[in-house]
Amino acid sequence: MNAHVSDPTVWLVIVVLGIGTFLIRWSFLGALGSRDLPSWVMRMLRYTPVAVLPALVAPLVVWPAATGGQLDPARMAAAGVTVAVGLWSRSMIGAILAGAITLFAMLYMS
Amino acid sequence: MSPTPEPRPAPRQPRADDGPARTVREMFMRGATRSLPFLIVMIPFSVLFGVVATEAGLDVAQVMGFSVLVLAGASQFTAVQLLSDNASVIIVILSCLAVNLRMAMYSASLVPWLRGATGPQKAWIAYALVDQSYAMSIQEYEAHPRLPLAQRLAFFAGVAVVVCLPWMIGSGLGATAGRAIPDDIALDFAMPITFLAMIAPMLRTPAHLAACFVAVAGSLVLAGLPSGLGLLIAAPVGMATGAFVEAWSEHRMRA
Repeated sequence: MNAHVSDPTVWLVIVVLGIGTFLIRWSFLGALGSRDLPSWVMRMLRYTPVAVLPALVAPLVVWPAATGGQLDPARMAAAGVTVAVGLWSRSMIGAILAGAITLFAMLYMS
Repeated sequence: MSPTPEPRPAPRQPRADDGPARTVREMFMRGATRSLPFLIVMIPFSVLFGVVATEAGLDVAQVMGFSVLVLAGASQFTAVQLLSDNASVIIVILSCLAVNLRMAMYSASLVPWLRGATGPQKAWIAYALVDQSYAMSIQEYEAHPRLPLAQRLAFFAGVAVVVCLPWMIGSGLGATAGRAIPDDIALDFAMPITFLAMIAPMLRTPAHLAACFVAVAGSLVLAGLPSGLGLLIAAPVGMATGAFVEAWSEHRMRA
């Protein structure tokens, strides 16, 4: 065990974090029951995946941790190819393969 | 637009393989098999968590405690990092909860699709609601809007089993075997590529494109803010943009 962090402290963090994270995930789904959401909320919620997930990864694309936050042409190109192929082919697997091939080819060449 | 009780997917013809014909069992298998590509990322990432957490001084039970009770990769790494930096417990907890707050948006976004589920079913969904299970399921629900509830739940369960169990097993392996994986295979980038590949086919309308563009621009501009905060501002602004563009183009079509 690390000299600085005591066992009870770690378990406290685990349990509180476990409960808190569950409540976050349960929040709307569990508490709203079967009530209808207002139509303007429904309209916004339709855009949750296309807003949250790209915004989650955008900083990882532009400032990758692996390069110490430096712009990396290989990762930028791989992300660009993934999006382009996904838009064009509408295929998730195709987009993953195209992005991975681009990334490895460019990392290999550099 | 008129307030519709059913989720209103963007105009798109259901494909020939549309869901209603599938059994619950088939939907579970479909969710499971479609999630298999995640394992390429998930297994090394979970082993890495076990290794990193063990190096930070956690024992196997604590590593498993994190992966079973918290079950949220990014916040688990954040917690271990902060704990080994001797941050105070309250800082650790608040930072990690901030990292996980985006899941409240997932929870809200699933309401129209899963509202008919029972209390215990919703509790299980909440437990297993991670980035991957959310992204996979919402993509399926939008592509096949007429799937019955039982099939939607079965699909989610199939995804959740493939995504969550290996995470727990992998972190246990990392904690016990404790062999560092080579860091020169660019695994850091598997997650961004997977998510971009899932989202790109969902960008069907100008409203979707606008939502995505504004959210991405916002998250880059706000990247300097502490853990997860930028996303919590950028994503709702992007969602509002999408809703606005949708309302505007409907208005224009009617005019």
